[in-house]
Amino acid sequence: MENTAHLDDARDPLIIAEGWKDEGRAVAVATVVETWGSAPRPVGSHLVIDAEGNFHGSVSGGCVEGAVVTEAIDVIDSGTARMLEFGVADEAAWQVGLSCGGRIKVYVERLG
Amino acid sequence: MDISALKALNEERRARRAAVLVTDLENGGTTLVREGEAVGGELGAALANTFRSGKSGAVEADGRRFFLNAHLPRPRLVVIGAVHISQALAPMARIAGYPLEIIDPRTAFASPERFPNVDLYPEWPETVLGARPLDAYSALAAVTHDPKIDDFALKAALDAGCFYIGALGSRKTHAKRVERLLALGAKPEEIERIAAPIGLDIGAASPAEIAVAVLAQVVRAFRSRGMSGERRSKGEAA
Repeated sequence: MENTAHLDDARDPLIIAEGWKDEGRAVAVATVVETWGSAPRPVGSHLVIDAEGNFHGSVSGGCVEGAVVTEAIDVIDSGTARMLEFGVADEAAWQVGLSCGGRIKVYVERLG
Repeated sequence: MDISALKALNEERRARRAAVLVTDLENGGTTLVREGEAVGGELGAALANTFRSGKSGAVEADGRRFFLNAHLPRPRLVVIGAVHISQALAPMARIAGYPLEIIDPRTAFASPERFPNVDLYPEWPETVLGARPLDAYSALAAVTHDPKIDDFALKAALDAGCFYIGALGSRKTHAKRVERLLALGAKPEEIERIAAPIGLDIGAASPAEIAVAVLAQVVRAFRSRGMSGERRSKGEAA
């Protein structure tokens, strides 16, 4: 935990998402909604993504962000929210590298 | 996620007020619930838990599945007095995740040499708390022993509804303090909230041990917000 009682506007994903939207960008918000075992980021953590694939925040320690960004761009196009699950039991997830042994569920939705 | 819900959430977060963003995982709908707003049913009970624990999570309530994302302000710990206890409390509080700041107008006490890597204000509490007021997610520990420095801050903490207020000093010292706070317009039932003598009763003897007792009392006060009865009892020492 950082030693400040106040928001860090320059790094806070939800503040950044609001700013992007105000600039007219299309934005998706990804949220860790469940974790099992050792997961690097707690439930409630956010990654925010724009249509060009720019992102801020994190939903893992960098393990699955690439896959979430790809899915998020689809969610921005379709407008339909998705629940993603990553874990070592899942072949695809292994490929994107959640090698820490945990499993996470990430909800991806368009900011509208 | 609805942009108006996100804007409202960010406004609450900037103002250091607690809120929970509720997402209906079946239809994607988002609703912001501010602390103190009445919500009924199973969802209301789940929200009360979420506000207290600060833990986000998915819940089943009223036949639906929701994700409750808790946004509680970080607790801010304000210490009046750059004294020996504060020197021990500063690193402990930082490790425990309670950002701490120290206010003391006596510049011989409030020196960066004595307090490296601490948010240190060698000014009067009136000045610092005027610019950055206390709130419900603030804790105040007054440890100077000097009414000229402590009293204003204690009254400000009572007025702001700080989740924790503690004051160093014996029962005799505290009895005189109560008289002064009454004269400043504080209500007797508010003054009851002040933990005095300060700190959980762990038999603390040294300044560092008193710091442990104070930090434990702050953590208990924070984690029992909104509870009543003996779980919220003050405990005392030092």
